[in-house]
Amino acid sequence: MGFLDINNVTKSYGAVEVLHKVDIEVQEGEFLVLVGPSGCGKSTLLNMIAGLEGITSGEIAIKDRVINGVHPSKRNIAMVFQSYALYPNMTVGQNITFGLEMHGVPKADRDRAMADVAKLLQIENLLDRKPGQLSGGQRQRVAMGRALVRNPDVFLFDEPLSNLDAKLRVDMRTEIKKLHQKLGTTIVYVTHDQIEAMTLSTRIAVMYDGYVQQLGTPKEIYDNPANLFVASFMGSPSMNVLPARLRNLNGEIHAEITGAEDQPLHLRIENAPESYRAYLDAEVMLGIRPEAITDPEGADRNARNIQSLHNTVSVTEPAGADTFVSTTLSGKDCIARMRADADVHPGQAFDFAVNMDKAVLFDPKTEERIG
Amino acid sequence: MAIASADTAIRSSSFSRVLIYLVLLLFALFYLLPFGIMLVNSLKPLEEITGGNMVSLPREWTIAPWLSAWSTAQIGVEPTGLRPYFINSIVMAVPAVALSTIVGALNGYVLTKWQFRGATLIFGLLLFSCFIPFQIVLIPMARILGILDIAGTTTGLILVHFVYGIGFTTLYFRNYYAAFPTELVRAAQIDGAGFFQIFWRIMLPSSGPIIAVSCIWQFTNIWNDFLFGASFASGGSAPMTVALNNLVNSSTGVREYNVHFAGAIMAAAPTLLVYIVAGRYFVRGLMAGSVKG
Repeated sequence: MGFLDINNVTKSYGAVEVLHKVDIEVQEGEFLVLVGPSGCGKSTLLNMIAGLEGITSGEIAIKDRVINGVHPSKRNIAMVFQSYALYPNMTVGQNITFGLEMHGVPKADRDRAMADVAKLLQIENLLDRKPGQLSGGQRQRVAMGRALVRNPDVFLFDEPLSNLDAKLRVDMRTEIKKLHQKLGTTIVYVTHDQIEAMTLSTRIAVMYDGYVQQLGTPKEIYDNPANLFVASFMGSPSMNVLPARLRNLNGEIHAEITGAEDQPLHLRIENAPESYRAYLDAEVMLGIRPEAITDPEGADRNARNIQSLHNTVSVTEPAGADTFVSTTLSGKDCIARMRADADVHPGQAFDFAVNMDKAVLFDPKTEERIG
Repeated sequence: MAIASADTAIRSSSFSRVLIYLVLLLFALFYLLPFGIMLVNSLKPLEEITGGNMVSLPREWTIAPWLSAWSTAQIGVEPTGLRPYFINSIVMAVPAVALSTIVGALNGYVLTKWQFRGATLIFGLLLFSCFIPFQIVLIPMARILGILDIAGTTTGLILVHFVYGIGFTTLYFRNYYAAFPTELVRAAQIDGAGFFQIFWRIMLPSSGPIIAVSCIWQFTNIWNDFLFGASFASGGSAPMTVALNNLVNSSTGVREYNVHFAGAIMAAAPTLLVYIVAGRYFVRGLMAGSVKG
């Protein structure tokens, strides 16, 4: 049993089931991120943990106590909302201590708790202001302070950074991560931003269409996506997915793709799992991350199986730190991520270095991972 | 080029501005004219009015008509002046406005933030009550007041106006709270606030403008109502509007126009006062900063 258990939980509105048998076990101190496109059910799941939405079937337990039907205020959780939801008529200090007041904590204790939180979040000088007089970042801090002051078992964050501008969002992201490392609290965090998910989490649940597509550490999700959806949703630019055929050449399995001039190209696959043999001469989807396709000098030194691929460069996009190079493979635009100073020009025939250690295969029909 | 065009822009706008203000001023004066004539005539001795000088300023200023209208004029059969009826109206209007506003706010709160099956239907029915003409409810209402044994009393009038006002106040508050961020209510729920705590501590403090609108509307309607007052309150419990009618229609000798004017101004004064005091809350946005602006 974990700290927060989500057991076979479903949610229906009338006859429409929007969450299907979700099963997640969160350990104490974990930072779980629920990520997915809009309408995937991630916010609904969070609201069910918070008690703002009913649970149709299954159960949710915190510290082995089933909380189905328990009032939100009695679940010992705190939530940070997307819009911050600060009470407009109260000062920052009153906002932070409102929850304690409602729980009957004496004034002296409330003030002490407020002072601690204000110090932690560096909002001591804002305590007498109204939310209307704060900037976006300050409101965000106050909203977190309101959650922290209660010292809850589980923190729930509902897209807390999506209302901030790009720079502030990155700053606050680091801040939240620092806070988590410092306090070691259990956090469930909802976002549609896969970078937020990768950077913040200790584990990610990728959701789509009411199903948890994959649950794992950021590295597992990134390197070993369970299906085509996870592969293309996580990562920016997203993973190149190329139609390919598996061929047996000289007793070794190769992925056959076509180049810019429709010439066949073969990429050898080392230590191919047995399951690949079932797909010999059949069509598969070959997934390669942009950073696994580089110029030969920029290739990963620790990679065991780097295959050279001779093809025409169509577009180069220098992005400062990296240069993104497009080339046509199997009739699709394929993006390679290279060093900023890689010597590549559009129209040039170039030797791409493909790190096949990182290549993954998917079944084109089921879209599930092969292997 | 840019400077030249800006120059003409300012000139033409200041000219049209003067024109607009002039026209507005004329309209304002035109609408103030009746009130001005009432005021002027209420401060004249009766002979000046009967002498044919309705529009001119008094030659001899006097507050005697006001004193008479307030405390000695003949209302129906009693020479009590309007004072007891003014008090009747206050005693009727204040609780009726307060009750209907509070219940309307509660209704709006429940209909938007505690949605239940059939909420839309109930709101529709409440809304429907806004369109029922006064005359239709007269007889059923008289029957109910009779059953409750409060017929002919100020308490009865309070009940009538309170019930009749709920439809309007619910409409105001429901529409206002529909735009009120539900996340605030959810945050308060997680913070442990109950149904009424959320209402008192979160919703009401942010409802200034709509409370003002509701109070102005209700007060104006209840204060100015004549039909219910004439139907359900008799003699000593009549409201100001009915008493004013009795003052003007009491025919004992001469018609004291100056006293009538003074009485009419007294009857109109409270609604004017409410507009002046609460009117500025109409435009004030108290919601600034609750969610991301």
